[in-house]
Amino acid sequence: MTILAILIPVSLGLGLLGLVAFFWSLRNAQYDDPDGQAERILSDRYDDAPR
Amino acid sequence: MNQAARPAAPAVCPACMPLPDWARAVGDSAKVEAPLRRFEFALPGVHCAACITRVEDGLASLDGVAGARVNLTLKRVSLSAADVPGMQDMALQRLSALGYPAQPLDSAALAATQQDSEGRDLLARIAVSGFALMNVMLLSVSVWSGATDATRDLMHWISAVIALPATGFAAMPFFANATRALLARRLDMDVPISTAILLALGVSIWETAQSGAHAFFDAALMLTFFLLIGRYLAHRTRAAARSAAAELAALEVQMAVRIGPDGAREQVVLDALRAGDLLAVAPGGRIPADGVVVTGSSEIDPQMLTGETMPEAVGPGAQLRAGMLNLSGPLTMRAETLGEETLLRQIARLVEAAEASRNRYANLASRASWYYSHIVNILALAALLMWGLLGGDWRMAINIAAAVLIITCPCALGLAVPAVLTAASGRLFKLGVLLKDGTALERLAEIDHVVFDKTGTLTTGRPVLSNAQTLSDEHMALAMALAEGSAHPLSQAIALAAQQRGIAPVRLSDIAEHPGFGTLGLLGGQEARLGRAEWVGADGDGGARTTAWLRLGQNPAIELVFEDDARADAADTVARLRAAGLGVSLLSGDAEGPVARMADRLGIKTWVARATPAGKVEYLQSLAASGHKVLMVGDGLNDTAALASAHVSISPASAVDASRSAADMILTGGRLGRVVDSWNLARRARRRVLENFAMAFGYNIITVPIAFAGYVTPLIAAIAMSGSSIVVSLNAMRLGRRVK
Repeated sequence: MTILAILIPVSLGLGLLGLVAFFWSLRNAQYDDPDGQAERILSDRYDDAPR
Repeated sequence: MNQAARPAAPAVCPACMPLPDWARAVGDSAKVEAPLRRFEFALPGVHCAACITRVEDGLASLDGVAGARVNLTLKRVSLSAADVPGMQDMALQRLSALGYPAQPLDSAALAATQQDSEGRDLLARIAVSGFALMNVMLLSVSVWSGATDATRDLMHWISAVIALPATGFAAMPFFANATRALLARRLDMDVPISTAILLALGVSIWETAQSGAHAFFDAALMLTFFLLIGRYLAHRTRAAARSAAAELAALEVQMAVRIGPDGAREQVVLDALRAGDLLAVAPGGRIPADGVVVTGSSEIDPQMLTGETMPEAVGPGAQLRAGMLNLSGPLTMRAETLGEETLLRQIARLVEAAEASRNRYANLASRASWYYSHIVNILALAALLMWGLLGGDWRMAINIAAAVLIITCPCALGLAVPAVLTAASGRLFKLGVLLKDGTALERLAEIDHVVFDKTGTLTTGRPVLSNAQTLSDEHMALAMALAEGSAHPLSQAIALAAQQRGIAPVRLSDIAEHPGFGTLGLLGGQEARLGRAEWVGADGDGGARTTAWLRLGQNPAIELVFEDDARADAADTVARLRAAGLGVSLLSGDAEGPVARMADRLGIKTWVARATPAGKVEYLQSLAASGHKVLMVGDGLNDTAALASAHVSISPASAVDASRSAADMILTGGRLGRVVDSWNLARRARRRVLENFAMAFGYNIITVPIAFAGYVTPLIAAIAMSGSSIVVSLNAMRLGRRVK
């Protein structure tokens, strides 16, 4: 059962990684303007400096 | 037909046209150093990637602007710029030069950002509870598949370490609401939810410490997760309706033109007006404030304010009320008391009083949850006492009480209403109806009587020439020649009627429009006049009807009669409502004659003419007192109080701002028949909600005895809860799919 000692932290860590990524996207206003982001990607000007 | 429903996309994209040189010059003034402030503008015109870059670049190149960002979803631009006077004006000018008429948002924008943070907050909580739920589920699966002893205890302890902080954060809204409800000595849905979550966690920790077999960590998290989704759906529905309503309001630009002491004209926001300000009102513009005419003469259309269709002539010294429409000539007016005594304020007071009485409406969900929470709490207590007193094993008794609470916890109930509401408001949006208030749909389903306003609601608000058949072709040709060049609604009605008859106008010379009186022209040396009775030299009949007179030289004057035309589907709508067994009445501020004729034409039996705003409210209250639930459909400022005091109310998108904000729903696209469609949809939604309640109830009838008997394991709780939630959501979604 020692495998549990490895697997449980690994699965928790992966889940936490996802959670942190979600929080990061939430903080970066990724969900505030979904329509705008969809249009902005069509423009070249944000290629080097996305915002 | 459906243009009004999609006001966003202009016919030609302004960003696709070259920028005129003068637009670049706007606003390039002195360099300024000042603290930054955030300005927000509603920008109904943005719709493409080019629009975004053009607006952002255009604003960023202004002096004093630190940054600009367009939000395409909300159709707004937020500007961070130096807080100096005139900054807002400069930005507005630049925006309109770029081709995007904008509307400054002040308090409204603040409210919107708060609302947005509420959505983010809920999303974060959903994410945390979802993350915790998945991990605890994984651990629980190993317990359910037979882990024992130390392994099981390890799994339970890890679950506890995940579940405790996760619920502590994610379920905070429920705890906060429940505390508020208990402090106010009420019981709402959040009380049993919070009890269930807390009890589940408490019992699970106790059991884990005792190396027990069952822990409900996953159940507590699942409850939180599903209920948060319900909350988020409800929040999204509200937010979408609010931003749609704000977008509509932004289209009606509420600016006034103030004439400074030096004669300079500037655009100002209505709030910035002060008594004594000199204002210019262009023909076709709305009077911005109560006041008196200083110079100029014109006709004004009071229909938004009083429901009357007859234009009134005004000259220097005449009283003007905010909200009236200036028809023919430019006016200069002096704003008077903007305090408590303006008509607008008086109507606003009536609205406040009416809204206060309506806020007492308890929606289905809160009524259901009131009974529900009592029954659930009593059941859990009964289980505890029964097993404790009869069995003597209090540990088991607490376990069973927790199981009863968990299994009865209104997971499905919490989703039953928001899911239906989300589906229904999506359907309504496709029909061109904006829902401003969630309970409005429920209230709409309950109505048994419909009261219509006449002008602008049943009618288009545009007059048509009604006695065209009795006029000779020569007279029509003459009238058309005089009317052609004028923007006056009566003139346009004449031109339209003549066009429909295929008449070409005669050639006149020296055509001159006399604002407030009529139009003058010369036909072969003879003077031709079209206008008001006394100006033309005819005997008017004192204003019972809307008329204009036509006279050539000294020939007898000819009367032109106008009527406000009913909307194309008005008669059909009334017939459909009556066929469905609803009472229909007509309530108008207009004179008896036109109201009676309109009622007769549409087959409405009960009508009231010359109703004042307070009179309308009284009429609705007397209907309500005799047990009727009334839907009010109206658009004018004089309907505002009535809209707010009716059981539920609908306002067309063409209505004044005050009416739109008082109404529960807004009708875009100008089709009155949508009232009936919305009513049908509301009844279907209500049926769906009741079905969902019945399903949640039926699920409880099956599961409560099992829980009561002590056979509910965490596995059964997990299956039952997710199963019932999914069934309820699917049932709600059926509403969204069937599109006629």
